[in-house]
Amino acid sequence: MNSRILPLVAFFALVALLVVGLKISDKKTNIPSPLINKPVPEFDLPVLAQPGQRMTQESLLGKPYLVNFWGSWCPTCRAEHPVVNQLAKLNALYIVGMNFRDEEPNAVAWLNRWGDPYNVSLVDHDGRVSIDFGVYAAPETFLVDPSGTIVFKHLGQLTWDVVEKEILPRVESMESES
Amino acid sequence: MKLKSIVTAFLAIAVSLSVMAQQEPLVFENQAQQDRFDKLTKELRCLVCQNQNLADSDAQLAHDLRREVHELLLSGRNDDEIKQFLVDRYGDFVLYRPPVQTNTYLLWIAPLILLLIGAWILRASIGKRSEMLANQDQTDTTD
Repeated sequence: MNSRILPLVAFFALVALLVVGLKISDKKTNIPSPLINKPVPEFDLPVLAQPGQRMTQESLLGKPYLVNFWGSWCPTCRAEHPVVNQLAKLNALYIVGMNFRDEEPNAVAWLNRWGDPYNVSLVDHDGRVSIDFGVYAAPETFLVDPSGTIVFKHLGQLTWDVVEKEILPRVESMESES
Repeated sequence: MKLKSIVTAFLAIAVSLSVMAQQEPLVFENQAQQDRFDKLTKELRCLVCQNQNLADSDAQLAHDLRREVHELLLSGRNDDEIKQFLVDRYGDFVLYRPPVQTNTYLLWIAPLILLLIGAWILRASIGKRSEMLANQDQTDTTD
């Protein structure tokens, strides 16, 4: 009796294992960033279309801000852009656009065409700062608190749902704390 | 006509290969460095194409990370420091060989547990069989 049931149990155990494996593999792109609760990486980058101007992470201290990595070569950035535009209209927080691995004329044309929601646009031409941020897909969005700590990261296309459920409540709690 | 298109295809491949080679002129000071680079990039995961390592992937990110590994190597960092640099940014997931730590104990000891279970089953079935044979021998002699 035992020897008949045992293979069956083993079979179902294997099926369960595979199902769980498949479920997890869907979330593979959702790798937790080791940067959460860490200080924002240092950078010193030129401002887009403003020759001679540069900006560092230090000058952004004291207010919550969003860092949105994008490129004119990235179709998903184009898809999420209306959400960023909509967020900018709320004037809820400062938004930094990180134009990475891109060419300046393309970036400027892209913003002219689809709207410019960024309070400032920085140019990470060779993508080095994007590596310091652990960016591996575009777009990626980071929320930084007034002390310069990364509190939230969204990988891939930003949706209004994420803005309402993840970003705005965090910004509000930062403001009530200060 | 057919020959011509085959020749064209070969030429296209040859040209694209030389372009690929030019894209990444990573120069090393010596063979030992080159070997370390090759070994490291094989152990690191390209996060865009998750089932490829950095050495094999042609994604832009893999290209950038190879450049980063190359620079760290030339600046005299050791292999662990280079891996830590990437783990700090991308997490343990970037390593193909997961570190032994609390959330990976099961992963590391599971093969041993499975081996023990296998040994136990093997022992049980051998025991059963030899018992059966012994019984058979007995019945044979009594008959």
